[in-house]
Amino acid sequence: MNIHEYQARAIFARHGIPVPEAEVAATAEEAAAAAERFGGRVVVKAQVHAGGRGKAGGVKLASTPAEARGSAEAILGMEIKGIEVRRVLVAPAEDIASEAYVGIVLDRARRADTIMVSSEGGVDIEEVAATMPGAIRKVAVDPRYGLLAHQAALLGHHLYDDPGAARQASSIIAKLYAAYRASGATLAEINPMIVNPAGEVKAIDAKMNIDDNALFRLPGIAALRDTEAENPAEVRAREAGLSYIPLDGNVGCCVNGAGLAMATMDLVKYYGGEPANFLDIGGSSNPDKVVAALELITEDPNVKSILFNIFGGITRCDDVANGIVEATSRMELGVPVTIRLTGTNEVEGVAILAAQGFEAMVDMDRAVETAVRRAGGGTDSEPGDGR
Amino acid sequence: MGIFIGDDTRLLVQGITGRDGSFHTRQMLEYGTRVVAGVTPGKGGQTFDDTVPVFDTVEEAVAGAEANTSVIYVPARFAADAVFEAADAGIALIVCITEGVPVADMLRVLPYVREKGARLVGPNCPGLIVPGRCKVGILPGQIVREGPVGIVSRSGTLTYEVIFQLTRAGIGQSACVGIGGDPLIGTDFVDCLAAFEADPETAAVAVIGEIGGTDEQVAAEYVSREMSKPVVGFIAGQTAPPGRRMGHAGAIISGSEGTAEEKIRAFESHGIGVARRPADLVGLIRER
Repeated sequence: MNIHEYQARAIFARHGIPVPEAEVAATAEEAAAAAERFGGRVVVKAQVHAGGRGKAGGVKLASTPAEARGSAEAILGMEIKGIEVRRVLVAPAEDIASEAYVGIVLDRARRADTIMVSSEGGVDIEEVAATMPGAIRKVAVDPRYGLLAHQAALLGHHLYDDPGAARQASSIIAKLYAAYRASGATLAEINPMIVNPAGEVKAIDAKMNIDDNALFRLPGIAALRDTEAENPAEVRAREAGLSYIPLDGNVGCCVNGAGLAMATMDLVKYYGGEPANFLDIGGSSNPDKVVAALELITEDPNVKSILFNIFGGITRCDDVANGIVEATSRMELGVPVTIRLTGTNEVEGVAILAAQGFEAMVDMDRAVETAVRRAGGGTDSEPGDGR
Repeated sequence: MGIFIGDDTRLLVQGITGRDGSFHTRQMLEYGTRVVAGVTPGKGGQTFDDTVPVFDTVEEAVAGAEANTSVIYVPARFAADAVFEAADAGIALIVCITEGVPVADMLRVLPYVREKGARLVGPNCPGLIVPGRCKVGILPGQIVREGPVGIVSRSGTLTYEVIFQLTRAGIGQSACVGIGGDPLIGTDFVDCLAAFEADPETAAVAVIGEIGGTDEQVAAEYVSREMSKPVVGFIAGQTAPPGRRMGHAGAIISGSEGTAEEKIRAFESHGIGVARRPADLVGLIRER
């Protein structure tokens, strides 16, 4: 789960990290009023679940409340990577002597949380990693002992020669790790962490990603989910227990299992089509899920053909067949359906479908090819000639 | 022979009285797996389906039924402790089927399991099957057949698909292992590749990977460095958009890392034949 910068700032502040006070505004007037309270010179930042806000024009400096109003007007409503900006953060503009980067991320290969710091702050850390990997210092945290004091100290000293600044940075890093652990995070970043001319070290940005699997025991964090900032279809899919990601193509895919769903999308492309979505109905045997899945797929106006690819394991073919029959009795699909069904209770499933005039196939390639053709694609292109 | 499980497996089912646990225990018994015990706290003393004694704790199950392998079907919030308990009781192989385990839990579990000298497969995995001998987990027994190909995969139903296509083409399997789709798992591709290399009944291996992480790249290097047996592969997620989690918690492309292209390139540059679609694995295996 992604959370907004202003939410991550609040978590950081609760853990004692110095974060300048800031206000969230949903209108230009609110932004101007906040700038007034902060004494004029502010930074106005888009609050969206997308990286690269600065490059997209979603972060602006303003010298007066009137300018802040103008900045907010420009940013609110703009789209960054396809997501509409509904709120901005207004924070006092800081005097910056130097910028650094601090990040904690789950390192899959080392099976440990890894803390990274770099004195090259304010820029994309992946860029730094590519152009000057020597500037980044990494420390892996042993999950049994947590972050050790000397590790925090050495990271602070890597960032700053000044002992006062180094001490402040070490303290911030330790608090960031505590915030990361307490929030079930898989990523926490301060970029940039600044030193001002008075020698104070502060976090002027905040980013956190949360492990969805940890949310059941963190109700306070789970409540931070901003469903308005997400695609409404994805929100509905999640509530129905489905995993759904809309894409640009016209072959709607309904598959059980994430790996098979990805392989199905790849095969659609292989046969010259384009998948309209990723959709995993999961391992359960609930016909209602199939109905919800078909509703999501048919609401996408680009969909010209629907493909079911079901390999029964825990999922039972007869349950999926019942779901298809129920859904089609409730709504007009308006587009052709191609069904591939094999595995657990296949015979029962095929019989249920046949009674309603649906044909089920056993071969995945044949089903995908058929679905692509029914969407009007693939006929002239060579297999694999996906654009 | 097979890998990790076989004729010596004495299986304990943690969560045997639950919905999934009871269903799959029956399937495993039907397949011929020696299920010697079940554990459900508070239900010790009962007998599951008149055949399997149920204990309150893993320690009792090990003492009372000499279980050496455990399969876990408990809900996600209890899964980490179930692994701790099994490792603590001296279980050598722990297979965690449960999906949705927090990564913070796995961070603590993995070093513990290692210190106890146990092997963990999973979590969020379909388990293992050695055709004709033993199945631990949820892989459908009817689609496998005995033969020379080892299969290791991060996926569930995609693994079934590959097995199904091989079996239909007359190519049997020596063992199939689903290692799980989470970012942190107990047994990785390299562990399985090493076991297949050492297994006299395995003549070739199929590696089924997907987007996210760098396990496939590490596996590719291992294959070219350590393996004499032919290895073929398939990578799912060539059409996946970056930055989005594709169902599996571990299936996400971050930055330029974890893309299908990168993994396919790593496979090809280390001599692993890459199938463009699952069906092409059949031809690739026949060639080698």
